[in-house]
Amino acid sequence: IVPYHVAEMSQSASQNILYFYCILYFSCFPVLKSIENIGVSFVKTSEQYSKKLEAELRKQRFHFRPVRSPGVFEMRRKDHLSHFILRLAYCQTEDLRRWFIQQELDLFRFRFNELPLDKQQQFLKHNDLDYNITAEEKEAVHKNVIDGSRLSTIKMEFLLIYKIHFTDAIDLIRNRKVYLNRGYAYVPHPEIVIIVLNEFRQILSKALALTKRSLPVIESDERLQPLLNHLSHAYVGQDYSMQKNVGKISLEQIDGLAVKSFPLCMRQLHKALRDNHHLRHGGRMQYGLFLKGIGVTLEQALQFWRSEFIKGKVDAEKFDKLYSYNIRHSFGKEGKRTDYTPYSCMKIILSNLPSQGDYHGCPFRHSDPELLKQKLQSYKIPSAGITQILDLVKGMHYQLACQKYFELTHNVEEVGFSHSHPNQYFLESQRLLNVGRDVKKEPSPPEGSQRSQNSQPARPASVSAPKSADRLASEELEMIFSDG
Amino acid sequence: MAGAGDEAAVLPDLLPVYYRRLFPYPQYFRWLNYGGVRKAYFQNREFSFTLRDDIYLRYQSFTNQQELEKEMQKLVPYKIDIGAVYSHKPNQHNSVKAGNFQALEKELVFDIDMTDYDDVRNCCRAADICHKCWTLMTIAIRVLDRALEEDFGFEHRLWVYSGRRGVHCWVCDDIARKLSQTARSAVAEYLSVVKGGEDTIKKVHLTHPIHPSIEKAIVLVKRYFREYALENQDILGSKEAWEKVLAMVPEEIRENLQTEFINARNSDKRWDMLKQSVKTTKAIFTAEEIMLQYCYPRLDVNVSKGLNHLLKSPFCVHPKTGRISVPIDLKTLDSFDPFSVPTLSSICRELDSNKKPEEEDVTSKESEPESKRRSRDYKKTSLAEPVRIFDEFLKKMEHSRKGVLLEQSDSHRDF
Repeated sequence: IVPYHVAEMSQSASQNILYFYCILYFSCFPVLKSIENIGVSFVKTSEQYSKKLEAELRKQRFHFRPVRSPGVFEMRRKDHLSHFILRLAYCQTEDLRRWFIQQELDLFRFRFNELPLDKQQQFLKHNDLDYNITAEEKEAVHKNVIDGSRLSTIKMEFLLIYKIHFTDAIDLIRNRKVYLNRGYAYVPHPEIVIIVLNEFRQILSKALALTKRSLPVIESDERLQPLLNHLSHAYVGQDYSMQKNVGKISLEQIDGLAVKSFPLCMRQLHKALRDNHHLRHGGRMQYGLFLKGIGVTLEQALQFWRSEFIKGKVDAEKFDKLYSYNIRHSFGKEGKRTDYTPYSCMKIILSNLPSQGDYHGCPFRHSDPELLKQKLQSYKIPSAGITQILDLVKGMHYQLACQKYFELTHNVEEVGFSHSHPNQYFLESQRLLNVGRDVKKEPSPPEGSQRSQNSQPARPASVSAPKSADRLASEELEMIFSDG
Repeated sequence: MAGAGDEAAVLPDLLPVYYRRLFPYPQYFRWLNYGGVRKAYFQNREFSFTLRDDIYLRYQSFTNQQELEKEMQKLVPYKIDIGAVYSHKPNQHNSVKAGNFQALEKELVFDIDMTDYDDVRNCCRAADICHKCWTLMTIAIRVLDRALEEDFGFEHRLWVYSGRRGVHCWVCDDIARKLSQTARSAVAEYLSVVKGGEDTIKKVHLTHPIHPSIEKAIVLVKRYFREYALENQDILGSKEAWEKVLAMVPEEIRENLQTEFINARNSDKRWDMLKQSVKTTKAIFTAEEIMLQYCYPRLDVNVSKGLNHLLKSPFCVHPKTGRISVPIDLKTLDSFDPFSVPTLSSICRELDSNKKPEEEDVTSKESEPESKRRSRDYKKTSLAEPVRIFDEFLKKMEHSRKGVLLEQSDSHRDF
């Protein structure tokens, strides 16, 4: 069975409509992208987060509130269509699906919270989630509900409580954030959003699986195929694979760059490689693809790894037999000839956890805090900064911790980009170091006003539109490497 | 009591006797068949056998009680584990297309192991247990059983002594058996309070307001704390011991307590001092946190989480101790003694010594089929009581199942 929206798409014959979809896509994708960026920088339940997101959505003319106007139908149609196009584009791989679901969930949460109470209730009723309890029952459980949900300052008489089966409140139970009695969870109104989100996640993830199953039908339409491919590729803005800077970096520079411009994970891998003249597979992949991303060519890569490995237990012959295939493979020259892209932070943090003898992974995620502290001390990070980093690590904000590390090692107040990729870290670092050489640092706006205002100081283009970011990044690189 | 070495040595001789004459097959089948409401529920259940010399057979399954009996008597497993109910017969899993063979249901299980309490036991290490530390298991059962019943509304909870150093819980309600992996791990997380490894000093953190479930756990722990922790374990009895406890109190009062403790008479007095002086700090729940860290049940979350995780079956013989893994009656929980649990050799001995009078009985009713006579053999031994507890559990479950069936047929008639 082909879902309705898919059928609709394959029936739309004219190129004009395709073009229209394309436009729609580009009006919606940046929305999800900003949601991701803001989500990484702020706590998702904080007021700051909502304010920032609201401002950003306004800027992008994304209508997140229900409005009464003649154009409302057209607007909703646009919203729905773009959502379904994104579904098509993002159902293809596990990574894409996960990313898409996360951003849609965040958008959903935001929109739901923005609704007035009566609309929220209407929504709950519409989705069969409206289980209010009687006044007597409320009286009997109210203290427990308050204690169980860790709400401290809410007036009971205004509080709505939903009684739902515990299997529908799994997320709240996991964190012991709800009062349970005889198999039922008593969920106070502000928390019901978590239940709704859970439901939404399930529906969306099922729908994506279905969409994926019907993809072959769509792929047979040669007008759509290239479009879809293109769409999902834009997912992280850029994937830092094929850069124009290839060959503009020399192997001699790497030691210096490792100290100045490598994120901690790569610095650690580089050091481990120099110390041990060896890296295990996980490390070779993570570091090798990163190097490829900063512009090391295949020939250079072979030379780089060989010269290091033969200082250790591996002789040249063994190296050629065991390792060069893998390096050629990762450059897309062997096997199925996939040109592998450098790992993003998400991938490094989530997949292939390092074990004994491994140096890969994210140091903020996978190092013991005590060891991390020692390492940072040895890199001469001021102790106040180390405390800040360790606090972020404790709060599981590993990318923010890395961002802080960037700020501290580059002496900047705010990085001005949202960090999600080691190669992005490298580019930003190079940009900063080289710009700093001839242009005096701009005076930063006074503390305080900077955070509370809705309007943000102009951010570098790299976070908003993928197209221009690509161009910008490569231009920067041109400059950087022709400079050095 | 026979030593552990002896028990392992008698296994090859006595296990066949146990499986032939004593193992409570009818009850066992009644349990896992769940009233036969769903076809193939028993047939699609995975059993795994560990045979002599650690030969390990996974994905065993049986069409009925007779087949199970026959196989157990033939293979004489040293250990039996129970797994999930699958989409297909587990012993045919190779003939099913990969990916289609999936675990569908299983009891929600909990595994509590005394080794996980090593940092708070002064009496024993690792696999060893004694009367002094067994109280930890008593507390664990009390706390978890309350939460499973009152918080989650589970009615059919079978608690079983594992045969050596821990206890298992099998939650058998329909809803529990159908829980997803995510839900199982959420329940286990909800029930876990002590968190952190070797490098964590303070493993319990309470904030105001305390969750009602934890509040009730604290009340239960308090009932045992003085006698268990302050007298038997004597956790404040020596300088070395109390330093461990004081590491958990706020720094501002630590030094003071260190000096006061030296002059105090016993653990009891020192505990009162600690409680008093904590009140002057911001960390008002420190005493409760210490109590929970020393006594709150420590679950092996992975066992509960996995739908296809195997757990040792009740009525299995522990190969090291020879003790039978028996159900525990919560009405007499406080007097449950792991050291007086029937062992393989003890019940086989009982079977022999009680032969005489019974044999006359048998000759008088020779027409009776062998299987029926056999099914009463366990009654001549101390296995009778555990089987009675198991039986009671089954009856309650059958009763509530009947209720549901009645309700269903009633609603049908309405139409």
